[in-house]
Amino acid sequence: MAEPLLLVGRVSHRFGGLLAVNAASLFASESRITALIGPNGAGKTTLFAIISGFLKPSEGKVRYAGEDITGEPPYRLARRGIARTFQIVQPFAGLSVRENILVGAHLRQRSREAALAVVERVASEVGLTGVLDRPADTLTVAARKRLELARALATEPKLLLLDEVLAGLNPSEIRDIVPVIRGLCTRGIAIVMIEHVMQAVMSLAEHVFVLAEGSIIAEGTPAQVAADPVVVEAYLGHGAAARLGGAHAH
Amino acid sequence: MCHPPLPASILVVLSPAIIIPAILNGLLTGAVYALVALGLTLVYGVLHIINFAHGALLTAAMFAAFFAYQFGIDPYVAIFLLAPAFFAFGYALQRVVIGPAAHGDDRNMLLITLGIAVIIENALLYTFRADTRTIDVPYAFKSIDFGFTFLAVPRLVGFAAVFAVALVLWLIMTFTDTGKAIRAVAKEKLGAELAGIDVAHIYAVTFGLGTACVAIAACLLIPTYYVNPSAGNAFVLVAFTIVVLGGMGSVPGALIGGLVIGVVESLSSLFLGDSLGQVGIFLIFIVVLLVRPSGLFGARA
Amino acid sequence: MKAFAPIVLVVALFAAVPLVVHSNVILNFLVVALMIALAGQGWNVLGGYGGQYSFGHAAFFGTGAYVTAILQVRYGVNAWVGFATGIAAGALVGAVIGALTFRSGLRGSYFALVTLAFAEVLRISASVAPITGAGVGTLIKLDLRAQAFQFQSRATFYWISLALVALSLLIAKLIERSRFGVWLVAVRENEDAAQALGVDVATVKSAAMVISGAITAAAGCFYAQYFLFVDSGIAYGTWISIEVLLTPIIGGVGTVFGPLFGAMVVKALGEGAQLVTGDAPGLDLVVYGAVLILVIAFMPRGLIGGLAQARQRLMRRPAVEVHHG
Repeated sequence: MAEPLLLVGRVSHRFGGLLAVNAASLFASESRITALIGPNGAGKTTLFAIISGFLKPSEGKVRYAGEDITGEPPYRLARRGIARTFQIVQPFAGLSVRENILVGAHLRQRSREAALAVVERVASEVGLTGVLDRPADTLTVAARKRLELARALATEPKLLLLDEVLAGLNPSEIRDIVPVIRGLCTRGIAIVMIEHVMQAVMSLAEHVFVLAEGSIIAEGTPAQVAADPVVVEAYLGHGAAARLGGAHAH
Repeated sequence: MCHPPLPASILVVLSPAIIIPAILNGLLTGAVYALVALGLTLVYGVLHIINFAHGALLTAAMFAAFFAYQFGIDPYVAIFLLAPAFFAFGYALQRVVIGPAAHGDDRNMLLITLGIAVIIENALLYTFRADTRTIDVPYAFKSIDFGFTFLAVPRLVGFAAVFAVALVLWLIMTFTDTGKAIRAVAKEKLGAELAGIDVAHIYAVTFGLGTACVAIAACLLIPTYYVNPSAGNAFVLVAFTIVVLGGMGSVPGALIGGLVIGVVESLSSLFLGDSLGQVGIFLIFIVVLLVRPSGLFGARA
Repeated sequence: MKAFAPIVLVVALFAAVPLVVHSNVILNFLVVALMIALAGQGWNVLGGYGGQYSFGHAAFFGTGAYVTAILQVRYGVNAWVGFATGIAAGALVGAVIGALTFRSGLRGSYFALVTLAFAEVLRISASVAPITGAGVGTLIKLDLRAQAFQFQSRATFYWISLALVALSLLIAKLIERSRFGVWLVAVRENEDAAQALGVDVATVKSAAMVISGAITAAAGCFYAQYFLFVDSGIAYGTWISIEVLLTPIIGGVGTVFGPLFGAMVVKALGEGAQLVTGDAPGLDLVVYGAVLILVIAFMPRGLIGGLAQARQRLMRRPAVEVHHG
């Protein structure tokens, strides 16, 4: 079997004395949506930071497209085709929406005209065509999330890391953005999403990894993971699985 | 001008009779450097900006001490007048000028403190010309005989005063409500705000304390040092080096760093002469910034 | 090529001035103002577009001035060659400082500090090094021939400095419309986000510093040829570090015409201060400091930014126009 596009092997990271990520392994493939879930503080964003090059792991390796990319800086990973969005959105506040997406587009397009064309295309995919000329800092939260997505898409990634892209959205906004994400997947992009919004995880993800206190404690399809008592305990506390009357225990 | 030492004189220079006083004097000078650095590191630790006006404020305080003496006020007495006055001045500067004008942008704050520095220095230059002035206190040249060496009285007083100031600051930070508020804002501004602390006021108090430190340092320096519109700069560049070496925002770092730099300067003047000493400090400064910007005791880089 | 029309227009207007104005006093004022505008455009590339605020741009100005002067005076090199070499030297200094500071990841306050330190190291070294004439400075011999880059007519100096400024305006405009410019502005706005989008932040900043150094050095070279005397306080003094950042901030950071606009205002203020107080040193800088604070407080995007906002409100047009072609 061919190696998956992204292979994270027993990666650890220490912050001083704290082991934020402990020998975590996961993988992701093209045209698939993989979810990374877990209670708050589990280390999910740290793991993303390691995969996207913002942090170096103290142990372990990250492999992408068959090559070892551990410790490479973020800009080089972007050029390889790894794009990420940030949990706390980071727009280029002083610039317009168009200029924001343009930065991403210029990764692959040298000429301004070609890049601007990419901007138009991506904006319409994501639903931002109407606000292209507005300053980025005047957008609503939902629009900013789309902008994060659009910027990342403009770099024409093969692997997209979405960090809580649904956080802060109301149900109808979530309903609007989910098909956009599913659409990306059918284009061949591998997506790894950190998410707390369980309905979205259940309906979007084909494979789920659960991270708790820095370690991967379960993986499988969404249904498998939801039924796993270890996972229930991680979210609801020690003994919760038993208290929930064994209905979820297999 | 640099006089390279001759082989014979190296032997003379290396003898304990010369090195030990050099080290001791370095410690005494270093203590005052540390006080200047203390003001700078305090402001950085809380406001997270480098106060480019620090040197100009020192110069202004030195002029104030000079003129106090013209009115018959002894510099050590002037401490008790100038420290509160400069505290108020620093408080007002932050509260009325720097804080509001910066609109919360760090880059703007840099520019504004630079602007204040330019205004103060050049106002002094315009008013008092570039002439160098000194004062003549009766004890300026008195020294105490310690047996193996003589140490100048004003510098000993300065040394003791710096530690007294450090002690007072520590007491304020640990036991008073304002001190605790300052520590809270330094650690976590948003949390402090949410807890009801008036951050603008705390910023201004901190800036005021930093300015007061500089005023005290000026009074300690004036018996033995000269005053002119660029006097503060010479000290402040050393202070920057100390703060970067000891760690931005670290009080012990500023104190220890100050003493270390004082000794380094004293010993290198012995071997290399004065003007190269200045460049040496800058080079240390640049190297530390490049290699270990968080310093020896530092918090954030 | 419609985008370059404003530059052509402004340069043409400026070029016509010596044909109408013959007063040496006014021409001298304009020559110095243009020189400061050039130096300020250098700062603008790194600080305005790139967001990296250097407090030590004197390092480039002084290097340009000294290299030009020393090559002529001590090595008999042709003045024009000296000029070009001075610019190259400025670029080199930019490359060195950039490599040291940006690869270490220095930003913000620390960057401002380290640039200040570099300028001071250069100033102190220049004040004692024999090659610069140490405290006495370097004097270029008066030799009013074109080959020696010295001209009898002030108008000729004016047109040369205008040509240099025009070139710098062009460079700024080209940067604005290029991929490099998009990356540079992204670095200014948010370095982490830029990194995640594939921008090699350290290299972009370093490249900006090289360009910035070259442009400001050119102003220094011009200073040497116009005033024929350089010493460490003139070359590497804080006065030039301050004027060089003041002009774009007043005129409008990150805009093509900001430094030019700002230089006219700054120099006019300086002249005004002198008229009021005579030759007492210091008052002009006090005015500069006050203006700096006032501009940051009330008009952070400078005069051009303020005008753009007013125009926007009047015409209710979107904030950004897309340039094609």
